[in-house]
Amino acid sequence: MTHAVVHWLTDPWAEPLNRRALLEVALLGLSGGALGCWLLFFELAYSAESLAHALLPGLVGAALLGLPLLLGGAAGLLVAAIAVALAGRAPVIGRDTAVAIVVTTLFGLGVLLALSPATPPGLQSLLFGDVLGVSNGDLALAGGLVVVLAGALWVLHHRLLVVGFDRTSAAQLGVRPLAVDVALLVLLAAALLVAVQGLGNLLVVAVLIAPASAARLVARRMLPMMLASAAIAVLAGIAGLYLSYHARTAAGASVAGALVLAYLVAGLAGGAAGRLARA
Amino acid sequence: MSAAPATLLRADGLAVGYGGRAVLTGVSFALARGQRIGVLGPNGGGKTTLFRALLGELAPLAGALDLPVRRSVVPQTERSRLDFPVSALDVALMGAVSRLPWWRRPGRADRAAARAALALVGLADRAHDSFGDLSGGQRQRVLVARALVQDAPVVLLDEPFTGLDAASAERLEALLDRLAAEGRGLLVAGHDVEQARRWDRVLCLNGRQVAFGGPDVLTREVLEATYGGDVVPIDCAVHGTDRVVLPPHHHEHAHDA
Repeated sequence: MTHAVVHWLTDPWAEPLNRRALLEVALLGLSGGALGCWLLFFELAYSAESLAHALLPGLVGAALLGLPLLLGGAAGLLVAAIAVALAGRAPVIGRDTAVAIVVTTLFGLGVLLALSPATPPGLQSLLFGDVLGVSNGDLALAGGLVVVLAGALWVLHHRLLVVGFDRTSAAQLGVRPLAVDVALLVLLAAALLVAVQGLGNLLVVAVLIAPASAARLVARRMLPMMLASAAIAVLAGIAGLYLSYHARTAAGASVAGALVLAYLVAGLAGGAAGRLARA
Repeated sequence: MSAAPATLLRADGLAVGYGGRAVLTGVSFALARGQRIGVLGPNGGGKTTLFRALLGELAPLAGALDLPVRRSVVPQTERSRLDFPVSALDVALMGAVSRLPWWRRPGRADRAAARAALALVGLADRAHDSFGDLSGGQRQRVLVARALVQDAPVVLLDEPFTGLDAASAERLEALLDRLAAEGRGLLVAGHDVEQARRWDRVLCLNGRQVAFGGPDVLTREVLEATYGGDVVPIDCAVHGTDRVVLPPHHHEHAHDA
């Protein structure tokens, strides 16, 4: 019995492919979990999703031209950011609608390119990720992302708190909200660029939003919330890989599913704790 | 506080507004060390606009504004998010950020200053409570503590008594008296005429400066000019007929400007 459990637990990691996936998922979980908490409180969840989708034509374009995906993704992000900024100024239709139109257009363009006969096979990994196919370079990038995010969020922690708490009086506390917003968006862009290669265009948002939403239900201060969110992201990521191995489901989708499940569990636990506290 | 000059700020014929259009004109007053000035006026009468000018967020359209010392502000508590994951100590510590370059985090001395400020406002035992779990009066005092950590000689308070029960209001008023006694200058925006009579000076605004001076400038004529015709006289054995209260809708708070 114990023998079977041990085998169930250790078998997946016998393959180097899966060990690399484990490392990638853990690194992206740490990054996405910690950054996601700030995205929630700066109401950037929709922006994160929009940018992730809108950078698709950049990724596909790079794949078609044989350029590094990172380069294509960066170009795609830049185009998306400029298009969103310009569309926001369009009269009559309103900012929300304008952003939706830009994102849908860019995503559609990306899909159109991806389905063209000239496109090399395997482009579905851009949409759904290829966590089992990560290269050493991908792992190094994910590790670099953890270091950069940890450093930036550590240094900016109190300024982010000031702006998130009350944007209107931030200037009086010596903090420029615009500068903090830009810093956070740059970190978001970096996280998207790195994570999109492992988790794919459609699933990357899960690691940014779901663990943070779950942690928000159980933590009362920002730092514990970030740590809880990172832990939830890593654990859910590992659970997703187990699911993928044993149930032979798609790895990226399994990880995303486990992340969302973690949110639901936290929600139920939080709700039950609340009812107990009131009883 | 000892380094501060006797006059902490001075306005002379000041006009301020938005997009070149003045919404407040003819403001002339001075704030001295240890003084509490009550700022009265209807919503939209220019209280917030004046504060924004004093904070340096709006440039004067006319007149002179002399701001020799740093100012801090205690905003309305409704502006801060109650679901934000911060403790009272976290909020007080935000006051230290203004004194640090962007790459520096608040250190041990700043943390000690934040604890001391919370103790001063009577919340030492609530330092680790979530800001959103505190009562309205306690939240207001946490924001006062944050301004104290900023350690500015001038503190602007934007309707700090709004929504407080009598006990909390009394406690906050005693705290403001203490800050003034330490040599700070306070500007307190509000709607309570009776309370304003207890401050050192009152400044009445309604698109222009209606009056500035000691509490005895609060005559019925001045209050009518400040609040339009909306003044309800009460014929009271203690206060006499000149003492007036305001209709309750002045205690509703949409934010002006």
